[in-house]
Amino acid sequence: MLKCRTVWKKLAPLARNSSTLCHQNAKRAVLRNEKRPGLLQRAQMSAGPSGGGGTDNTLYYVLVGATCLGGAVYAYSTLRGDKQRYQDRISEIASRPNKATQEQTEIQTAAPEATKELAEEASEPQSVADEESVPSTPSEEPSPSAEPPAELPSESAPEPSAEEKTSEEPLVTSEPIQETPVEGPTEPSASLAETTEPPLETPTPEPSEPFSSPAVVESAEAIPVAVAESTPEVSAEQIAPPVAESASAAPTPAAAPVTPTPAPAAPTESTPAPVLEHAPYLLIGGGTASFAAARSIRARDPGARVLIITDEPDLPYMRPPLSKELWFSDDPEVTESLRFKQWNGKERSIYFQPPSFYVDPTELAKVENGGVAVLTGRKVVHMDVRGNKVRLQDGAEISYDKCLIATGGVPRNLQVIERAGDEVMQRTTLFRKIEDFKSLGKVSREIKSVTIVGGGFLGSELACALGRRSADLDLEVIQMYPEKGNMGKVLPEYLSNWTTAKVRKEGVRVITDAVVKNVSFKNGKVEIKLKDGRTVKTDHIVAAVGLEPSVELAKSAGLEVDSDFGGYRVNAELQARSNIWVAGDAACFYDIKLGRRRVEHHDHAVVSGRLAGENMTGANKPYWHQSMFWSDLGPDVGYEAIGIVDSSLPTVGVFAKATAKDTPKAAAEKSGTGIRSESETEAVAVSVKAGTATPPSPTHQTDDYGKGVIFYLRDKVVVGVVLWNVFNRMPIARKIIKDGEEHADLNEVAKLFNIHED
Amino acid sequence: MSYCRQEGKDKIIFVTKEDHEAPSNAELVADDPNDPYEDHGLILPNGDINWNCPCLGGMASGPCGQQFKEAFSCFHYSKEEVKGSECVENFRNMQECMQRYPELYPQDDDNEPSKETDDAAAPTATDETAPTNEKDSGPAESSPTSEEPTPTASPPKS
Repeated sequence: MLKCRTVWKKLAPLARNSSTLCHQNAKRAVLRNEKRPGLLQRAQMSAGPSGGGGTDNTLYYVLVGATCLGGAVYAYSTLRGDKQRYQDRISEIASRPNKATQEQTEIQTAAPEATKELAEEASEPQSVADEESVPSTPSEEPSPSAEPPAELPSESAPEPSAEEKTSEEPLVTSEPIQETPVEGPTEPSASLAETTEPPLETPTPEPSEPFSSPAVVESAEAIPVAVAESTPEVSAEQIAPPVAESASAAPTPAAAPVTPTPAPAAPTESTPAPVLEHAPYLLIGGGTASFAAARSIRARDPGARVLIITDEPDLPYMRPPLSKELWFSDDPEVTESLRFKQWNGKERSIYFQPPSFYVDPTELAKVENGGVAVLTGRKVVHMDVRGNKVRLQDGAEISYDKCLIATGGVPRNLQVIERAGDEVMQRTTLFRKIEDFKSLGKVSREIKSVTIVGGGFLGSELACALGRRSADLDLEVIQMYPEKGNMGKVLPEYLSNWTTAKVRKEGVRVITDAVVKNVSFKNGKVEIKLKDGRTVKTDHIVAAVGLEPSVELAKSAGLEVDSDFGGYRVNAELQARSNIWVAGDAACFYDIKLGRRRVEHHDHAVVSGRLAGENMTGANKPYWHQSMFWSDLGPDVGYEAIGIVDSSLPTVGVFAKATAKDTPKAAAEKSGTGIRSESETEAVAVSVKAGTATPPSPTHQTDDYGKGVIFYLRDKVVVGVVLWNVFNRMPIARKIIKDGEEHADLNEVAKLFNIHED
Repeated sequence: MSYCRQEGKDKIIFVTKEDHEAPSNAELVADDPNDPYEDHGLILPNGDINWNCPCLGGMASGPCGQQFKEAFSCFHYSKEEVKGSECVENFRNMQECMQRYPELYPQDDDNEPSKETDDAAAPTATDETAPTNEKDSGPAESSPTSEEPTPTASPPKS
């Protein structure tokens, strides 16, 4: 339908011109006709001589007939001539491009103004192009005659044939077609002018050239069909072939003049100029969620072409080892290799896949079975949802069919630190990325004292990791936070206190109830003043005070941001708007069981990324499989958790007396997998216990929370479970949360976990 | 004997082994095997292969994903006496492809080349879980090797 409109609009001027002439002629004819009856009437009324009236009548009829005939002939010849003139003009313009600029201009084309509904048109070429383009058209009035001519252009398109005037950029091709309904009569003339660039391009080897063929097929076929429908008065057969050619030529240039300004390929760090103009699946952000989605898409959509854009210089990697395993590695080159040893002895890299797994972005469009390409060092700054495209920081534009936003977040900083000045800022690490790990690793070897601000997962894990090394490095490790104990917001107080004791055993000087009031740099030391008057002098600060979800694209994309949890607001299927999904840390999603939430854990990133990938390929599944998380604080304390684990909720904890067998290390060794959660997931990195360094901890105290299970209740329903030093039982916990039942006696529920067994 | 303590809003129960010996009387809701939302194991309820199963690692999504899918599908649907005997060509293609990416599909290990690399890659809370669900797979079992169709690769019930 749109095609009809577009083509109609396209031909409107032509039609108008010719029809105006037609009309004018017709009017004249009609007027004359009208006058005729008048005259005739008068003639009749005057009851004049019938003979004279008769001859007059005949004369008049002849004149009228001749005029009409003349008008018709004129109209016909005009129409015919129009086509010819159009052709001439196009060829004339075609000869101009030889002076035109280089490809980049054309590439940048992603046509800001183009493509309101470009999506389908542009996508066809990318995906299983030909097959799709054919079915899309027959739904409209099939014009068999149009098909063969359309096929011809497509055949020749792959060869750099200038005479074909095909566009290279499929999106460009389809754009103008789509554009026309919107742009109106100006389009054809504009597109004519635009023909310049593409024809120039065709001779030059372009990566997307093969694309043009399906694109041309698409557009060419669309045009003839649309033409057939919309211009019934004009013979479709005749128009179609020439229009097909001109149409395909016209659309192609569309982009060029449209974007004369997008500077030819702004300097790019990682890859040379026009890398890719269109990605069927575009994933913004190159973290865990993004990679999981890429994998899911590739598994479900054969031959899918997935583009990941990340502003980090690294390929997708997993984060948990950055604060755990990598610190326990014996390898002095670990900061370079980023490899760690899993408990089963096998070493692996934190990168999900080695570089050979990925396809080069410039090849993505061509590679036979599709693939995943990663554009590193690029930041998406603007998102045009209506146009289905994004703009990068360097000005490049990439259009998409389906988009995932998995931008994660940036570490929060304390205001007092930010205000403290450069001296302090240079000595502060906001820990999140590989580069932060590298710099902290380096710094920790040079300094005498490090302070970690924050008592949550990251802070505690880093404190334990550094604490363990404190002896070797002769490093004082201090951890300070406003809560009463480590993981104070997660674990119930008694357990949090117990954990704090363990952390202290790791060699960390823990300062609780510490609110930082002021930070300054004095006498070569960073001085931290607490609200209660205490002062701490240190060399370096690591701030682990939370994550700020990255929602910069919300404004340009018109996406909703959640005020309670932060992040993009999405539905249960992780969809923000049509064709846009959000997963990972940045997604505030609706959990059918537990309500709206935003989760910042690794497994959630995997689960939500996978789900988003499934939904991007048409699954329409809601968030259903609860993700879990885990943490290890030293060799004695390890736990897995699932659901809403908030210490402000009432809890019921069921504990057994722990034996020496019940530690993360023991659990891993016994199961032989070395990875505590491997039965849970494919394989998950888990703390590597440097067994040699720490003494076996005796767990013989009266109130010894050696192992057990803690239920978090909301309105008497279990919404969260922590498995404390009890492993491989996550499925049971997941089931209990899924049921969402009220259980009268949670001890009975605890029995299901068999906490006394290993 | 178990004893119980209340610390504010938190209740703490200590139990001995004997306390927990009696079977639990907690009621769990029966699972619907046809629940469309549930994640499935390697084999979907309709008999198809779930290419998105975490157990497959990155096998179906990597550069040799296409070849892998063809080989494994052929094997899965094979009705020969020696299952998969007609799929040798497919498996050979797959192996050839994998040899082109030694980094991704290390050849030192016969079984589970994906295990080294992709395995830990995207740890997903797997789908096996629930008591009712079929045993979907430790990573080692369900993925076929690059060498030959192993009997263990046959899908667990379905």
